[in-house]
Amino acid sequence: MPLIAILWCVGCLFATACVGIVISRTQAATRVVYGLCFAASMTAFGFALVYLIGGATFQPTVVLPFGLPWLGAHFRIDALSAFFLTVVDLGAAAASFFALGYGRHEKTPERVLPFYAAFLAAMNLVVLADDAFTFLVSWEFMSLTSWALVVSHHRVRENIYAGYVYLVMASFGTLSLLLAFGLLAGPDGGYAFAEIRAAHPSAALTAVVLILTLVGAGSKAGLVPLHVWLPLAHPAAPSHVSALMSGVMTKVAVYGFVRVVFDLLGPPAWWWSMVVLALAGITCVMGVLYALMQHDLKRLLAYHTVENIGIIFIGLGLALAFKAHGMAWAAALALTAGLLHVFNHSIFKSLLFFGAGAVLTATGERDMEHLGGLIHRMPQTAFVFLIGCVAISALPPLNGFVSEWLTFQAILLSPQLPSWGLKFLVPAVGALLALSAALAAACFVKAFGVTFLGRARTPAVDQALETDQFSLAAMFCFAALCLIAGILPGLFIDAIAPVVKGLVGARMPVQTGVEWLSIVPIAESRSSYNGLLVFLFITLSGSLAAFAIHRLASDKLRRGPAWDCGYPNANPITQYTANSFAQPIRRVFGTIVFRAREHGDMPPPGDTRPARLIVELRDLIWDTFYAPIAAGVTYAADRLNHLQFLTIRQYLSLVFGALVMLLLVLAIWP
Amino acid sequence: MLLVLLLAPLLTGFVRKVKARLLRRQGPPLIQPYRDLIRLMRKEVVLADNASWLFRVIPYLIFAATWVAAALIPTFGIGLLFSWSADLIAIIALLGGARFFLALAGLDVGTAFGGIGSSREVMIASLAEPAMLMIVFTLALIARSTQLSNMAEFMISPEVGLRVSLGLGLIALVMVAIAENARIPVDNPATHLELTMVHEAMVLEYSGRHLALIDLASSLKLLLYVSLIACLFAPWGLVSADAGPAALTLSAVIYLGKLAIGGFLLALFETAIAKMRVFRVPEFLGAALMLGLLATLLLFVSRSL
Repeated sequence: MPLIAILWCVGCLFATACVGIVISRTQAATRVVYGLCFAASMTAFGFALVYLIGGATFQPTVVLPFGLPWLGAHFRIDALSAFFLTVVDLGAAAASFFALGYGRHEKTPERVLPFYAAFLAAMNLVVLADDAFTFLVSWEFMSLTSWALVVSHHRVRENIYAGYVYLVMASFGTLSLLLAFGLLAGPDGGYAFAEIRAAHPSAALTAVVLILTLVGAGSKAGLVPLHVWLPLAHPAAPSHVSALMSGVMTKVAVYGFVRVVFDLLGPPAWWWSMVVLALAGITCVMGVLYALMQHDLKRLLAYHTVENIGIIFIGLGLALAFKAHGMAWAAALALTAGLLHVFNHSIFKSLLFFGAGAVLTATGERDMEHLGGLIHRMPQTAFVFLIGCVAISALPPLNGFVSEWLTFQAILLSPQLPSWGLKFLVPAVGALLALSAALAAACFVKAFGVTFLGRARTPAVDQALETDQFSLAAMFCFAALCLIAGILPGLFIDAIAPVVKGLVGARMPVQTGVEWLSIVPIAESRSSYNGLLVFLFITLSGSLAAFAIHRLASDKLRRGPAWDCGYPNANPITQYTANSFAQPIRRVFGTIVFRAREHGDMPPPGDTRPARLIVELRDLIWDTFYAPIAAGVTYAADRLNHLQFLTIRQYLSLVFGALVMLLLVLAIWP
Repeated sequence: MLLVLLLAPLLTGFVRKVKARLLRRQGPPLIQPYRDLIRLMRKEVVLADNASWLFRVIPYLIFAATWVAAALIPTFGIGLLFSWSADLIAIIALLGGARFFLALAGLDVGTAFGGIGSSREVMIASLAEPAMLMIVFTLALIARSTQLSNMAEFMISPEVGLRVSLGLGLIALVMVAIAENARIPVDNPATHLELTMVHEAMVLEYSGRHLALIDLASSLKLLLYVSLIACLFAPWGLVSADAGPAALTLSAVIYLGKLAIGGFLLALFETAIAKMRVFRVPEFLGAALMLGLLATLLLFVSRSL
């Protein structure tokens, strides 16, 4: 029943896309398309949520007569897909609602509307697919529609470049997944997930499939070093699409990884988790360090997605490690941490991208160096953006802290793992996670402080107006969700429980029955956390202090010029900028990670040029991995170019040679 | 909760007094911090023209977060009423939250000094927090709990023994505590010399009751760290909450003694050492982080359960 209903919603989304093509040039198009998308996503979200909370009972596979004629398109809903459906559709509903207001500023709606609806439908289909063929087609469809959205503002040069890099990386990722599923399906072509699950592939084969899946899903999710397209493509799209790509599409990639590795591949080997954990730890720290070096607000957020994907994969990697060593209860804790972070990240990252979109429409600027002081002009946007910043910085009592806390608890269980490699790796990953949490807080002090606080750096900012009601409503809903998920995490953990039970065979203890609504991962003597009480304590003691001081001491207030040690300078250019704010951290970490070099350009006396401080950063990942590949491709293309200028005799001998080669291969093949 | 609030300025006053005596000065009386606070609270607030609503809310947030964190540390009784509501990781995150908002306050008015303070503070925090978490890992792995009351209980019990990891953890914790409380050699709480200040630069624009709250929060933080070190590494004298009044009084006296020793050692250390350049601080804290990581690694490797 829920499956049919959600498939109908997907059908509605496709119909909306068609409607979008027809009416895209009319006035009402934006409203109609986003309104329909909102309604369809909300309905799908409702069905998925009810199914998930209702215990995720077994549902039969539905086969629709699409795709390969002898196979059909299989769809099935289980706890895992229902959980990811709620994430996808909640994000989609909020983005559509946000776009009801935001989309009106779009200059070329015909380049956005049809693809938007199709993109939503594709993400739903990936999660619902129950055979390899449907999965891959939906996956590629999702990539292509999102690519169309990335290049929707095609007159901007950077966007075209971003779209190009994205297309190459997405094709590469799909190719890896294609090979992975091909190996899984075997020579007989058992493409349905049920057949794959029933097969027992050899250890060598699963190893190859694991690596291919990690590459395929990891490139979509943004694992370092496959993340290069992400900070280019996510900011290039319109902001509600950026929110979807960062908050939701990366989660679909996580779904692909979880589905293959936890569900289809069978019991894990001990070394799988080491690969995943090592990559995840590096991803965490590199993502946040890259983010710290940015001064483009949306690109900063995109790099933070890389960091958070790292955190999610740490949870997944730990779950794999525990599962491989038969510690199902610990695996349940780690997997819950990872999945809860999937949900949390989709909420606050969408919220932050919405905020960035609101700033973009109000000022026309994405560059933080041109912003500042927006808290005076856009107080409500500033408030919700601040909530998002606190949540993503993993500070209590909001939701980001809960999932990181659970991840830390899972790390604390890992000394019981018998394997020596993990004994060394896990504490190092823990240190990297702690480091990235602290750096994320630093980064969001920068993002919020430079954008919203201080004084306006350009006149455009002084004219900024508060954003529209639809956008604000979407942002306030997500800000409220950040708080609710932070103070009542037990509800969410229990909702995830059926997913975890299905994948690792155990679940965390029931949380909703714990007194005072605390969360207790293992036992109360070990650790517990109560977001509700922490929130109440802070609110109470803060208001108590305010009340007591205002009542008993003084509540007088006088405005005056800033003090600034007696030398206030009225020019906003004297403020700290995003670059100068990050300078100490750049000096501490960047000299190693980015080969950061600073040198001053001081003109000689008599020259009227201004003196300049030049900062050089090098992207070592690009230089070591991608630049050689690009150079190799160019070189090969140059060589092969000669083939186009041969004589007819040479061409004929080439064909002859190829034929002889093929026959030889056939003859030798056993 | 009230106890820590009342004691905190006394500890600050005590440290200042000892420092002055070590320098052969008379020094302010012990209760001077209380007087300062009361005077500040009675004064009107002078707010910069372009300060936002956030700037006015932040002192209360910082105070509340620090107070809640300080109230969750066992002072002389363990088994506090709400100790299960937040474990040590949450306490550290609460302090991290206070710092997050303090750094925002530094940026709010849009002055260069505020910016320099904030940017240096987050640089220090980006190393101090992971170091602290590594120490927590060490202790939690030994005590098999991140719940402070349980950790302290375990530390009293004889099964702790002497461990290398604990020693490394203690050194790292002291280093982190010095950095977190903006003491010499990381930062100087008494300076207003522009280029060296970190904490003071961020609160430069605060006055009146706002400044009083922030000062009180810093005193609370100092008390918090001294209590934390005392309850984890010198847990003698801790009694459970349902012990008789005599035992409670005795342990309260012991607690005061521990605070006095901690304060004295801090003053002695601060007098004996010079302040570092800002870019030496990462090396100092990096050492703390490595010590913490080493302590954790040792535990992971030595545990053969």
